[in-house]
Amino acid sequence: MTSERQLVVLAVNGTEHELLLEPRQILSDVLRHELGLTGTHVGCEHGVCGACTVLVDGEPVRSCLVFAVQAEDAEVRTVESLGEGAELTDLQQAFRAHHGLQCGFCTAGFLMLAEGFLLQEPDAGRDEVREAVSANLCRCTGYQNIVDAVADTAARRRGSPGSSTQEAAP
Amino acid sequence: MSGEPARDARFDGGRGRWVGASVPRREDPRLLSGRGRFVDDVHLTGMLHAGFVRATVAHAHLTGVDLEATRAVPGVVAAFDAADLDLGDVVALLDRPPEEFTPTTMPVLARDKIRFVGEPVAVVVARDPYAVEDGIEATVVSTDPLPAVVSEQTALAADAPAVHDEAPGNVLLDVTMFDTPGVDEAFAAAAADGIVVDLVTHSARQNALPLETRGVVAAWDDHDDQLHVQICTQVPHQVRTVIAHSMRVPERTVRVTVPDMGGGFGQKCVVGREEIAVAALARRLDAPVKWIEDRREALTAGFLAREQRYRSRAAFDTDGHITALDVDIACDMGAYSCYPFTAGIEPLMAAAEMPSVYRVPAYRVRARALTTNKAPSAPYRGVSRPQYVLAIERVMEHAARLLDLDPVEIRRRNVITEFPWTGINAVTYDPGSYLESLELAETIMRDEGWTALRERALGEGRFVGIGYCCFSERTGYGSEAFAKRKMQVVPGFDISEIRMDTTGAVVVTSGTMNHGQSHETTLAQIVAEKLGIDIAQVKLRQGDTERIAYGWGTFASRSATIGGSAVSLAAGRLGELLCRIAAHLLETRPENVALDGEGGVVQLDDPTQRISFADIADVAYLRAHLLPKEVEPTLSATASFDVPGDGTFSNATHAAVVELDPGTGRVEFLRYACVEDCGVVIHPQVVEGQARGGIAQGIAGALYEQVTYADNGEPSAASFIDYLVPTATEVPDISVDHLETPCATTENGAKGAGEGGTIGAPATVLNAVNDALRHTGVELDDTPVHPQTVLAALDDAATSREEATA
Ligand code: FES
Ligand code: FES
Repeated sequence: MTSERQLVVLAVNGTEHELLLEPRQILSDVLRHELGLTGTHVGCEHGVCGACTVLVDGEPVRSCLVFAVQAEDAEVRTVESLGEGAELTDLQQAFRAHHGLQCGFCTAGFLMLAEGFLLQEPDAGRDEVREAVSANLCRCTGYQNIVDAVADTAARRRGSPGSSTQEAAP
Repeated sequence: MSGEPARDARFDGGRGRWVGASVPRREDPRLLSGRGRFVDDVHLTGMLHAGFVRATVAHAHLTGVDLEATRAVPGVVAAFDAADLDLGDVVALLDRPPEEFTPTTMPVLARDKIRFVGEPVAVVVARDPYAVEDGIEATVVSTDPLPAVVSEQTALAADAPAVHDEAPGNVLLDVTMFDTPGVDEAFAAAAADGIVVDLVTHSARQNALPLETRGVVAAWDDHDDQLHVQICTQVPHQVRTVIAHSMRVPERTVRVTVPDMGGGFGQKCVVGREEIAVAALARRLDAPVKWIEDRREALTAGFLAREQRYRSRAAFDTDGHITALDVDIACDMGAYSCYPFTAGIEPLMAAAEMPSVYRVPAYRVRARALTTNKAPSAPYRGVSRPQYVLAIERVMEHAARLLDLDPVEIRRRNVITEFPWTGINAVTYDPGSYLESLELAETIMRDEGWTALRERALGEGRFVGIGYCCFSERTGYGSEAFAKRKMQVVPGFDISEIRMDTTGAVVVTSGTMNHGQSHETTLAQIVAEKLGIDIAQVKLRQGDTERIAYGWGTFASRSATIGGSAVSLAAGRLGELLCRIAAHLLETRPENVALDGEGGVVQLDDPTQRISFADIADVAYLRAHLLPKEVEPTLSATASFDVPGDGTFSNATHAAVVELDPGTGRVEFLRYACVEDCGVVIHPQVVEGQARGGIAQGIAGALYEQVTYADNGEPSAASFIDYLVPTATEVPDISVDHLETPCATTENGAKGAGEGGTIGAPATVLNAVNDALRHTGVELDDTPVHPQTVLAALDDAATSREEATA
């Protein structure tokens, strides 16, 4: 049943928002429907698909598993914070170049997952990237191009572009 | 010129600047930056939220719905059951005699009877989605349970309860589609001198599982005198028809538009009852209403597919030529017939096309649609083809083993090589590269050393196998092909309208409906190529019943073939008009001008004389007095396209190398190769993406996903914890090689590319797993193959080996 609303201050993408929220409201809902940041998507609401991934203090977090009140005092970043205006970041450009998205519904989750991962593991190779990317679901791409996009970004950030699909060998 | 595409030499062949090039996708920038607009992103002032009270028993008489407590919940605005809402039922029909097809109806909310767990019984409307949940919880539904029908066995049992009174035997469709002369004779001959394969294959119920669940926002618009329904659907015009019919209002008063869509794969190409209810609520409550399906609803009450059983008998001569095929097919279609395809969708497809890529001289087939107490079925990427291909490819493997033939060799001896080929199933197959794809796949396996590894591994005690699957896929079904299916509504054509504005840019419409396939890019490429303008000057419009005269949406790999042909024809007509005006302005004959490929018209005998589209458009709109007399102002053209005859067949061969882990039973991919032919490739990267994504879904069906039920019909895979969707660590890298046999009947030579991956993967994987088990004597013919199945197979083999050596 409905419970008392309380005043919550959320810092999202560098802006502070004062919101009157019920304690049961989850972060993904508040981002999407209270703040209008609809770039973050919801695919399962039970913590498996990763479509709702945002960064909370730099860590990839499933915003459907967090109550908004729990994110007070933290710095939240969503896909809307990537890029300057119409300019895409290197990671977003890599997704485009590698055709790492089809319908695009999972994309924000993968981008935020990858942003967090690459900050923590800048030296990751393609295998580690695949492992990290396996945290989220995509129904369209078969993942290969997502792995390529993230691995390519990692390599470019290290100054060695060109990592792409490796042909398997017996 | 801006946006010069990266050319891909393989497909450029002088064809043009745009078609054949992997140009950057037009839809990407907004989708990458969180600026897409999906249906749940739509927010309207005063918007209410709807949710459904759903049945918790599989089969029951519905004796009461008590909404009193519901309506008292804070935040709840209204609640309705079937009687309160009083909407017309959804009815999907086939033009078939009663002994073949039993029509049934699907009410918008359950009335009198409950037919599956998750069936909508009542709808709750509240100010926010949290209050909707509270309202649903407060609702009391009373039922008088009946025994549940949950399988072929329980459906066909003599004393089975009827899911629908109209179909006492629980069979909605029963067709013996072919019974050609010579079947029994061929089996008799094979029994004497040859072999007979007799095989049962099962595939589990699966969920197409677009990552975006279904959803709808509806609102009455007084200005337009219309109910505006924003919905993620593959078939906006069909949704409009059903909503208008069910609400008993003129179709003109309903407008359906489609925002960005997060996948569909067929699940969104039928009309759902929830969307009709929400449309009706918006009118009834005179307020915008939104409904977004949650994942649990999507897994248990969404449209499902693929639960099929084949008994395939096949006769072969001693040389390995198939001489007859006799098949019995049962498809568990669940509780209702879907609109517009009906419960016949799976069995009719399977029976019509089961001979696949092989020269089958005699064919008998019976196919049935069973109704059970499970969520109903809809088309799902590939529709029955993953299943009949699995069955016929397993037949080939069994025959090869019995005859001691190489699996590729037996296919080589049977595959169709002469085109056009009219098969025993009365379908004419247009030219393809069946044998070429098979042989290229074989070459890849051999040249990369996988064939050698397979041999070597055996000696090392490793379980390594190679599996092949050779198949074709009818794409671009036109009206003629669909008419043969005898649906009461016959999909097929597509219409396109193209309009050039005063600056020379064009807007082009298509009745197809993008939901991830990149139409904004690929259809624009076709138009840019045809008109000779930069792709940046082309904008595609889809998904609006007000803007598009009529459309059948996107399914059955029809968009590039039929939709692509329609936009191409429309662009061609606009080009002719531009030339006519240009000739007049250049004061020359119409035959003496042509499009110059650079956004203008050039005079052929004096190329210094050129006039740009912008200048022509300027005349057409702003200085119309300069137009030739017979030409009216404005620049627009309309064209429709329909595929003649039996449609066009894409084809492919897949080859996979797997290794079985004897410790865990896990199937690990060492290599996956796809050799595909979808005719002229418009955008190689997109085609490869469709192949890879499709194969991932096929692998899901082969090894992981299964919608399961308890004996009482209760779904037991209601979350992603139990419904196992493959991730990046389960899906391997996949190479895609293109062969290109242009289609003679489409405008652009393209064949469909959306479904093939999904069709070929299950058989490929299952054949590879069996090949890895080849020395154990175990044969697995059902999907999915779970690790427990593999472990049990390996255990059996070990036990029998020990017994043999003891
Ligand atoms: S929506 Fe949060 S993990 Fe799926
Ligand atoms: S691109 Fe559609 S779910 Fe990933």
